[in-house]
Amino acid sequence: MAKLTVNGEIIDVEVEVGTPLLWVIREQIGLTGTKYACGIAQCGACTVHIDGRAVRSCVYPASSVSADQKITTIEGLSDDGSHPVQQAWAELDTPQCGYCQPGMIMASAALLSSTPNPSDEDINTQITNICRCGTFQRVREGIHLAVEITNKSATKA
Amino acid sequence: MTQEKMRINRRQFVVGAATTGLGLSIGFAIPAASQQAFGDNKKGPLTPEVNAWVVIDADETVTIRIARSEMGQGTLTGLAQLVAEELECNWDNVSWEYPTPGENLRRDRVWQSFGTGGSRGIRGSHQYVREGGAMAREMLIAAAAQQWKVDAADCVAANSIITHKPSGKTTSFGKVAGLAGTLVPPAEVTLKDPKDWKVVGKPKKRLDTLEKLTGKQVYGADMMLPGMLNASIKKCPVHGGKLISFDAEAVLSMPGVKSVVAVGDNAVAVVASTWWRANKALDALPISWDKGENVNVSSASIDEFLQEGLTADNTFVGNKVGDVSAGLKNAAKTYTADYSYPYQNHAPMEPMNATAVWTKDRCEVWCPTQNGESALAAAISASELPAENCDVHKLSLGGGFGRRGAADFVTQAVLIAKTLPGTPVKLLWTREEDMLQGMFHPVTKARMTAGLDDDGNLDALHMRISGQSILATLMPQAIENNDGMDPVVFQAMAPEGDHAISYTVPDLLVDHAMRNTHITPGFWRGVNVNQNAIYMECFMDEVAHETGQDALAFRQKAMTQHPLALAVLNKAASMAGWGKPAEEGRHLGLAVCKAFGSYVAACAEVSVDDGELTIHRIFAATDPGYAVNPQQIEAQVSGSFVYGLSAMLYGECTVKDGEIEQQNFHQYPSLKMAKMPHVETAVMPSGGFWGGVGEPTIAVAAPAVLNAIFAATGKRIRHLPLKDQSLA
Ligand code: FES
Ligand code: FES
Repeated sequence: MAKLTVNGEIIDVEVEVGTPLLWVIREQIGLTGTKYACGIAQCGACTVHIDGRAVRSCVYPASSVSADQKITTIEGLSDDGSHPVQQAWAELDTPQCGYCQPGMIMASAALLSSTPNPSDEDINTQITNICRCGTFQRVREGIHLAVEITNKSATKA
Repeated sequence: MTQEKMRINRRQFVVGAATTGLGLSIGFAIPAASQQAFGDNKKGPLTPEVNAWVVIDADETVTIRIARSEMGQGTLTGLAQLVAEELECNWDNVSWEYPTPGENLRRDRVWQSFGTGGSRGIRGSHQYVREGGAMAREMLIAAAAQQWKVDAADCVAANSIITHKPSGKTTSFGKVAGLAGTLVPPAEVTLKDPKDWKVVGKPKKRLDTLEKLTGKQVYGADMMLPGMLNASIKKCPVHGGKLISFDAEAVLSMPGVKSVVAVGDNAVAVVASTWWRANKALDALPISWDKGENVNVSSASIDEFLQEGLTADNTFVGNKVGDVSAGLKNAAKTYTADYSYPYQNHAPMEPMNATAVWTKDRCEVWCPTQNGESALAAAISASELPAENCDVHKLSLGGGFGRRGAADFVTQAVLIAKTLPGTPVKLLWTREEDMLQGMFHPVTKARMTAGLDDDGNLDALHMRISGQSILATLMPQAIENNDGMDPVVFQAMAPEGDHAISYTVPDLLVDHAMRNTHITPGFWRGVNVNQNAIYMECFMDEVAHETGQDALAFRQKAMTQHPLALAVLNKAASMAGWGKPAEEGRHLGLAVCKAFGSYVAACAEVSVDDGELTIHRIFAATDPGYAVNPQQIEAQVSGSFVYGLSAMLYGECTVKDGEIEQQNFHQYPSLKMAKMPHVETAVMPSGGFWGGVGEPTIAVAAPAVLNAIFAATGKRIRHLPLKDQSLA
């Protein structure tokens, strides 16, 4: 038995050595928003945050995460889809099939927390997820819109 | 959206009731939609319907039934708009659901085709879905009139409200829906004049976005059922090969492993408590294959085979005008070039999967499919049960692109489930399996020969295609009745119809030397338009250049009888500033074609610095006749460039020892953000016809960019992909 802190909850999991965090999240904790698409860190569909940092969970051994590290999955990014990235995505109707989008959103949210007003160049280097439907144009617009949404709510507050 | 949630919640309640009866103890949450699907299977529709297309709850939620599959292309929302338009309901209250293919069978195919391919979702069903909406409206009005004891002709419906004009009395859809559903449908309905549309033609938000932002959307790969086991599979890596044996003992003691089973005569699967464990054991499983007679086939041998077809005598003729040999003989100038196009995998982000449960008298399947009915047919055949004892529940597709029109993964899942009666089993392919067992974009080559008159007009054109036919492998019966010819090979070069050639050429011959290999081909988003448009549009550019003509003016001369194609071409060119001085170092390239009933064109703007290609902007124009949802068309056009340019830049599957070599995205890359050009889209519906939008634009992506690359570098790229070729 190991303990993981996922979306604010401490959860007991059984992990064989080498089991990637992705499969623990999906199959043992039952949070299926985090996706499998390549399993070799190529596509970003499995992106989660560990202590706020974007991580490709398909190659991240669950056993190397300690209970005091905070894992956030797409289900825990906000309570109600109100994270600025989610709001921006809703506004622009960004997803097509949507399968890559949890990873795309988690990568974008991590980018915005480290770089609150990213340039197009920042987006090019930091968002390296694959989307076969090809939503990149709206993802880029969405990241810029999320900055606006964040700034607006900051001035209101 | 709140309305949609309410409907799902009610379903969860039903599931609670349905599942507790099964005495489950489960250690994880069942995603809402899995529960929904499970509930569907136990109970019929919860609220009586008005008709097959429309269900209206007392709380005014309007649920529109969608037979085609949503895989990102937006067809779900577009179809709902068409029904809602005629229904005259309040769009804000609209929700949706998939009927099952089994229900369709039971009801004499009341929803007609479930097939979602060939960009046909809307163009193939607009008439009858609108009629479904209109009939439901008439029945709702008739119900209100009956309750009021007035003449239905004096009542009108708008925004889910029915008004009796003489008295001003009103009621709402939700109040009369129950009665409406008991009335006899009108024999005939008149559909609205497109100029009166209020919902269709508007950039409505998609109905399926919110769940995709929170991780709640349930794809096939996310399916969970009480007591479910998981399977991972390997099929013989050489297509057509067979399974000889495997050593189950070597893995049976690994954690969680339940069984190792042969699947048909060509695959083996490990079933375990979790998919990760199943797949680990599968990796460790010793397997021996009979790879069959194609074990020595390579890309080089396939290339040779196709090369021979370029000059073969025996061909199928797809388009013939005048006499091309005479035309070429009499031409003032002739010009020839050879092109080729490689195998490509669809690579949707979600690998193939299906969940099945089998007992001796029932088989249920949950899967992402582009064709619910062919998935059902596969389930019926693999389960060896009567059709009425089987059903398929469609789950969200993590991309399809044509691959999920096939049902090979359904057959496999049912065969595995059959070994464990009563236990649900989810089969999920690895990315590697998905790459090896693709149904590949066919390989072809083309020899293009043009004859020009003294004024540089295109007088004669011979396009010889050599290569694989999709139908010959997937639907041999379809070509049997056609003397063995596969008409799909000639897409975008056909004499007329949805894939007509966009030019008038006095002496024209398009013919095909069919050269089939053992690699399974498939319908790959855009299908044969993709390479045919590259061959034709790059060659037009070559000929224009060779004869010192402007690439736009040269095309325009041959397009006077193709005004709609000409209009999109002119639009794309003018958006890009064709003919005006370009920014330093930037170069333009054009392409146009008609595909899937729509007219599309692109003008790409690129620069090449020290051999490094940058695709800056793409200007695209699309005329789909009627534009049901312009913002979704824009999304499809922009996404089409990602798919088409990924193919152009990197898309190649090679064959060695009879096997596909590329196994994952590191060997089969896809265009990412850093390479994404800015796409500007003009949606220019000219009305009067219904064209598709999910596929056509793919075909103009590569030729527009390749022609711009020539303008920038003087290099002709005639063989794809670009990744290993130098532009320096
Ligand atoms: S699934 Fe982890 S990067 Fe692709
Ligand atoms: S939205 Fe389908 S893969 Fe990105």
